[in-house]
Amino acid sequence: MSRHNHGAPLSDLQLRVKALEAILLEKALVDEEALDALTDHYENKVGPHIGAELVARAWTDPQFKRDLLEDASSTVAALGYAGLEGTHIEVKENTEDAHNVVVCTLCSCYPWSILGLPPTWYKSAPYRSRVVKDPRGVLEELGLHLGEQTEVRVWDSNADLRYLVLPRRPEGTDGLSREELAELVTRDAMIGTAAVAPPAKGQ
Amino acid sequence: MDGAHDLGGMDNFGDIEQEVNEPVFHAPWERSVLTHMLALLGAGHFNVDEWRRTIEQIPPVEYLASSYYENWLTSLIAVLEEKGLVTRAELLAGKSLDPAGTWLPALEKGKARYITSNPISTLRECNSAPRYKVGDDVVAKVMYPAHHTRLPRYVRGRRGKVEKNNGAFLLPDRNAHGASATPEFNYSVRFSARELWGEDAPAKDSLFIDLYESYLEEG
Repeated sequence: MSRHNHGAPLSDLQLRVKALEAILLEKALVDEEALDALTDHYENKVGPHIGAELVARAWTDPQFKRDLLEDASSTVAALGYAGLEGTHIEVKENTEDAHNVVVCTLCSCYPWSILGLPPTWYKSAPYRSRVVKDPRGVLEELGLHLGEQTEVRVWDSNADLRYLVLPRRPEGTDGLSREELAELVTRDAMIGTAAVAPPAKGQ
Repeated sequence: MDGAHDLGGMDNFGDIEQEVNEPVFHAPWERSVLTHMLALLGAGHFNVDEWRRTIEQIPPVEYLASSYYENWLTSLIAVLEEKGLVTRAELLAGKSLDPAGTWLPALEKGKARYITSNPISTLRECNSAPRYKVGDDVVAKVMYPAHHTRLPRYVRGRRGKVEKNNGAFLLPDRNAHGASATPEFNYSVRFSARELWGEDAPAKDSLFIDLYESYLEEG
């Protein structure tokens, strides 16, 4: 994929985007300051760190965890984390007996307001086609082995709700602060395609 | 609409390639497509269901061969042409041929900040009572509508159980086509993996999907 490359000729695609940008600006259909605000929001403000903060708090605050599992939308909104693609949110808890994994088979629905924009693989045909039909195979391919005794629940976020997985807290994290716990929580663990690894030895 | 976007259950798309430390955008033009789309959506020129519909109208071969943001660009141009905001001639000329036209005002910075961090929803009050309750057996209808729908092929005709009433939202099937959209109840429905994929699927596993009332029949 092309990188920003000063001096190189523009591709057809870049030219089409430039043409569209020029037309929309000339017609005052877009405002440059608003475009900059949107860029700033998705490049700098939202991301998996927000979800990780929610997860670490749920691990350490039983009332917050109950609120999150019962009414994530209100809980997240009260913290100022509602927004486009993140207004109606459901949190699904992984346990010893059940593992949750999230997909959008029809497009790329994802809880933007608490995880940021989705990674390319989540939006790609290989993941969207296969995880509903063979979730265990997909998770195995991504490095997560689930035993036969664990029930797999796949959530196809095809409508208005967006899903976040509350991963299991790893062993050996009893003494960690909420901030230290949040650092262990990965984006993929909150999609349900990974487990949260315990802290590396020596830390 | 039964396009290439309805991918659930298809085979042979290959490995899932995860990029380590993936950037939010891979090129400035991707960022531009996303921010322009959101600015125009936020200004009210089109709704999210119309947007999804124009993506689904991309011919299957092109849809599958294009990157995510290439499809977004194609869809953005299509919806803007459909709304009369941009013409093919203007895109070829690379400039506005109707600079004096009047349009809805552009999304402003304050509103852009608002929509990214406040509840935005098509949840509505519904006058009728919900037809299904938690625990009801339901069957996803067998239907092949030419219009936009959020009922994927892989659940059609399959029997599941209502797990939750999610509330009433504007029905995407109508909202995507400029029809006066009515609110309709949406339910979280659980299907066993065996019901969807046959007897070789693990007995314990299941799939949950959010289906509108008009997608369902009593099971």
